[in-house]
Amino acid sequence: MNHYDTIIIGGGPAGLTAAIYLSRAKLKTLVLNQGAIGGQMVLTHEIANYPGVASISGYQLANIMKNQAKSFGTKIKSLGEITELDLQSTIKKVTIDHAETFTADSIILATGGRSRTLGVVGEDTFKGRGISYCATCDGDFFTDKEIIVVGGGNSALEEAVSLTKYASKVTIVHQFDHFQAFEHAIQEATEHPKIDFVMEATISGFYGDEKLGSVDILNLKTQQTERKNIDGVFIFIGYVPNTEFLEGKLQRNAWGEIEVNPQMQTELPGVYAAGDCIVKRYRQVSTAVGDGTLAALSASAYLNDLKSKK
Amino acid sequence: MLYTDLNHIETAAEHQKVISQNENVMVICGRMGPMCIPVYGIAEELSEEYKHVAFYDMEFDIPDAYVIRNIPEVQGFMGIPFTIYYKNGKVVKATSSIQNRQQVTAILDEHFAQ
Repeated sequence: MNHYDTIIIGGGPAGLTAAIYLSRAKLKTLVLNQGAIGGQMVLTHEIANYPGVASISGYQLANIMKNQAKSFGTKIKSLGEITELDLQSTIKKVTIDHAETFTADSIILATGGRSRTLGVVGEDTFKGRGISYCATCDGDFFTDKEIIVVGGGNSALEEAVSLTKYASKVTIVHQFDHFQAFEHAIQEATEHPKIDFVMEATISGFYGDEKLGSVDILNLKTQQTERKNIDGVFIFIGYVPNTEFLEGKLQRNAWGEIEVNPQMQTELPGVYAAGDCIVKRYRQVSTAVGDGTLAALSASAYLNDLKSKK
Repeated sequence: MLYTDLNHIETAAEHQKVISQNENVMVICGRMGPMCIPVYGIAEELSEEYKHVAFYDMEFDIPDAYVIRNIPEVQGFMGIPFTIYYKNGKVVKATSSIQNRQQVTAILDEHFAQ
């Protein structure tokens, strides 16, 4: 029996919270998840601002939420990709990996987001061979080496400063003529003797043999490119919502975020969205949990309404 | 300390025993960080599906992790985790940094096909 009351797509804090509420309400609930359960929460070393918990790792909090959802009866299934999706019909349909199809009376989209990549030549080839997206993970591979940090937000500037512990020199490459960061982060980076800046520029290509050896830096004002020898590049250019698979199926804004009302309802009956994939300003575990709660309660009310009409 | 649900390799001797006693082995050598945790999670999930593969992790910073850090296949690597796939004790594939489920299953299906 592959029919559920609700299918939740995404197993981060929003999706798991929705699963806890729905399965505790005795509704048959399936979470379809891609990657590690817990979403971006598991990537946080320490969460110290989650109410009621003094300090916990994201990995541990995710496992508690997962086990809580499973204890109430939620089924969790991992997937490679969604290959077919019907959100329009009264009975919603999700096919995963061209192999297995699940149906439900309602859907909650809680697909979260991921680090943005530059998407230029060589980026995939040299990931882990000179290109990194995590300073604390890979910083020590670049001891006494020259590196570039791409980005101009808080993460880029703070990580650039932290990388000066290892690197001999850090060059920040940023696409605008100003930073989008807190003043203290800007001040710390701009005053640091090991940090240089190349503004209004981006990296347009990565080159090397076994390891990254050089990059092309594109001046966005003059459109001229300069090849620069470099040992490493750290990329911190924000996040993108995981909503590409909804193209043509659901209304999203220019950034790909799903538009919902305050009850987390999308434009489609029985379809809700929650967490980092929706239009909102603040993305925290606690806000995702709140979104997940609202989505679950709204879906629950919708399901009750459906049953009363039958 | 890696607090995953995978089996842990803690010494060079254990590593040798694991790769010599299992035909197909995947070892993820990393830390509890953002690039490594997703790979552990994928391996935990796949261990249910790929019963013919032995899934292990090993802490990157312990001295005995030289058995991973020193193998020729990882000398160009500059991002953790170092994930090593062994067939009959020999390295058949090694990857650096975060990998997604499709990338991992593609390697398992290519090198450890039943």
